[in-house]
Amino acid sequence: MQRREFLKLSSAVASTALLGGGLTACSEPAEWQKMMTEAPAKITPTVCNICFWSCAAQVHTRGNRLWKITGNPADSHSEGRLCTRGTGGIGAYADPNRLLKPLLRVSKGGSQILEPVSWDDALNFIAERMTKIAAEYGPEHFAAMVHGAGAQHFLHLARAYGTDSVAEPAFAQCRGARDTGYFLTFGQGLASPEQTDMENARCVVLIGTHIGENLHNSQVRTFTDAVRNDAHIIVVDPRFSVAASKADHWLPIRPGTDIALMLAWMNVILAERRFDAAYISTNTVGFDELAAHVAPFTPEWAYGETGITAAQIRETARLMAMAAPACVFHPGRHAAWWGDDTQRARAMAILSGLLGIWGQKGGYYLPEKVDVPPYPVPSYPVPKTSWRDLTLKQFPLAGAPVTNVVLENSIGKDAFYKGLLVYETNLPMTIPNGAQQLAQAAQSLDLIVAIDVQPSEMTGFADVILPECSYLERYDGLRNDAEREPSVAVRTPALRPLGDSKAGWWIAKQIGGRLGLDAFFPWSDYKEVIDWQLNQVGLSLLELEKTGVHYFPRKTPVYSEPGTIPRLATPSGKIEFFSSTLQEAGFDPLPRYTAPKVPPSGYYHLNYGRAPQHSFSRTQNNPVLYQLMPENVVWIHPLVAAQFEIANGSYVRLLNQDGIVSNKVRVRVTERTRPDSVWLVHGFGHEARGLVLAYGRGANDAALMTRILYDPIMGSTGMRGNFVTFRKEITV
Amino acid sequence: MTHYAMVIDTKTCIGCTDCVDACRMENNVPEGLCYDWVVEITTGRYPVLKTEFRSERCNHCSHATCVEACPTGASQYWNDSNIVVVDATKCTGCKACIAACPYDARLIMQPQGYIGKCTFCVQRVQYGMDPACVAVCPAHAMHFGLLDDPTSTVSRLLDERDNYTLHPETGNHPNVFYLR
Repeated sequence: MQRREFLKLSSAVASTALLGGGLTACSEPAEWQKMMTEAPAKITPTVCNICFWSCAAQVHTRGNRLWKITGNPADSHSEGRLCTRGTGGIGAYADPNRLLKPLLRVSKGGSQILEPVSWDDALNFIAERMTKIAAEYGPEHFAAMVHGAGAQHFLHLARAYGTDSVAEPAFAQCRGARDTGYFLTFGQGLASPEQTDMENARCVVLIGTHIGENLHNSQVRTFTDAVRNDAHIIVVDPRFSVAASKADHWLPIRPGTDIALMLAWMNVILAERRFDAAYISTNTVGFDELAAHVAPFTPEWAYGETGITAAQIRETARLMAMAAPACVFHPGRHAAWWGDDTQRARAMAILSGLLGIWGQKGGYYLPEKVDVPPYPVPSYPVPKTSWRDLTLKQFPLAGAPVTNVVLENSIGKDAFYKGLLVYETNLPMTIPNGAQQLAQAAQSLDLIVAIDVQPSEMTGFADVILPECSYLERYDGLRNDAEREPSVAVRTPALRPLGDSKAGWWIAKQIGGRLGLDAFFPWSDYKEVIDWQLNQVGLSLLELEKTGVHYFPRKTPVYSEPGTIPRLATPSGKIEFFSSTLQEAGFDPLPRYTAPKVPPSGYYHLNYGRAPQHSFSRTQNNPVLYQLMPENVVWIHPLVAAQFEIANGSYVRLLNQDGIVSNKVRVRVTERTRPDSVWLVHGFGHEARGLVLAYGRGANDAALMTRILYDPIMGSTGMRGNFVTFRKEITV
Repeated sequence: MTHYAMVIDTKTCIGCTDCVDACRMENNVPEGLCYDWVVEITTGRYPVLKTEFRSERCNHCSHATCVEACPTGASQYWNDSNIVVVDATKCTGCKACIAACPYDARLIMQPQGYIGKCTFCVQRVQYGMDPACVAVCPAHAMHFGLLDDPTSTVSRLLDERDNYTLHPETGNHPNVFYLR
């Protein structure tokens, strides 16, 4: 063989080897060929835990191998279709960085480390510290911050121990302001899932909420029903969101001026008398005050504030009025924006009242839940000091504990709270300024416990970290939401817990037992609780494990008679346009518009939102969802990109008004945002090194929110008042 | 030939990539690869804009150039239908089909080296079920069925609604249709 030929041959061999195939066929059949004859997989019912929408689902396993998770076809939350995140739920189990051992903070050689310990050691440590706090200060000096379906186990533990300071970010960082605004107007907040009857609406109004990126399952389906039905879709958003791309009217509003737009809409409806006078006089109070209040706020006035033309304001107001009562205002979630959020929700609620949509087809239907009694336990001790005593003097109409108030009262030697238990919520990325406050609180608190599935940022502040198993490996309490069709759904384990991880109910019971609270935890297995509760409504766990979800007939009508409302729980029993409750508490009884701060030259409004692939800051390390969206991108208008000479796809850092610099983030230059605003998806830019996939990818919007606009009525942390500019990242 | 089609409604598609996710789970698609993908097309200037999302995949062409290009018969029509599959036991990984596909819908499976692609979830279709992407779509924007049957949802939608296919000029007769 000639040398040259040899070289030629070897290079040919090398190239085929590199490309992987060679000239022989593959020795095994393709995946689809194997699947053609595969036996059906085993199906176990669950309730998805990737977000709070709680879709009933089915886990498909073959032996110990988790194959896929699909929606339960009998479930109205999913209709057999999980969303992108729920479909990727197997990544919650398969995350290679999961917590699998209890960890205890110990000092060794002058530095602190987290050392794996036995469950007994970890639980005894917690019980000792909690006993000491109760003895020295009283149990009410202990607080819990919780989220998700397992939160109830730790709410129960906290109440049994003797504290009612159990806060959820779901209030002050999410729904609190909107629910308070609706409560003041209609005597109740909106439900979750929201009772928006979009599938029957002739007009759907979204103010800042971005259904589409916001992938709350049945809500997306009913929104697309409205699109399919050619309902009018009105989307108010500084960004051309997915919903805006489906809308016949996109109103690219100047950030922070929503109340101005809504006052002008009311002005048009009243000036043109586009309301049902009989309905208003029978069912509402404060109409005359409202009419006088909105008279000056003409569409021409609002144009100057909002940038939406008077013609557009009039046209959209007329569309709403013509569709009424089949016109629904989606109240949005994560509604803590500008510090006037209760009033913004009030404006939305007042418009809903003017158009008479409460309890009407195509408006807000009347939700109902199943009357499932709680498992009988002794009554809880009454805490000497309630969360109310700390909160209401600062935020008089807070209807639930406020996370940021708990944190503020955990800082310093004289702080009220001495211990903190955090369950399944990543506070440092959830509460603006939360990371700094936690760092301070960690210096003075006697105990911080973090219970989590993954080594989130929160676990970095803990004295003890308890590893919970994923939702696919445990029982939890029944799903029983107020909704259109009352139902119960059950989460059951499809797989054995990995490593030493344990279910939340077990952890709560073990801590309770060590605190002498056995009487509050009379079950040996949580299945007993679920089964007892189901027995009370004529079912059993054995039966529900077969179907996963069970529907009950409604006891009350889903809609009111046209022109009527059920008696409301407001002081007047009617819809309150004018709120004497607000007036008595020293607030504006009718929503007032305050012009928002304008960004300094060269700075842009920092807007943020959701992506269909991720939930909050909890899924970036999920290996399935990571592949769909490994990092967030910052949306910048082409004019701004040109001015700063920023190329599409390049990396920048965001610099806020207080000099805080973000991690590097990739740029998307797009026409789909107002030039005065940038937008990015929340939940990225993780700093916890244990999250190997998510670590250092993308920018963390929460860290840039150093200017917090507190809602004086109920304490939510308005997060939209921050501005950013750009620092170009040199890339090699 | 049994004639299957997929009809995707761009009016209601929200671009959420659930179709990609469900496909990857259903078909055990290896890390880093996917058989379907979502394209966003935005036109216009702020504030007069139009954005369309399109879930794309193999078009299961009635005249599939990939099948013609395959030297070993690995690329083939399944069960006398237009569903194009690759029999890995006959595939040498020569990539002639990749060159012949107008849709860039084929990929090299790792680590085996055979050519992978969307199969319309033939393992489900054989039992009369929808492909995983269609079955999961939370917007109910995707439909699957027989074009031979004039009463099927896909036939009815194509009759009633303005629609288009990708690269019809190739003469491949693609069978993934997009409703405007």
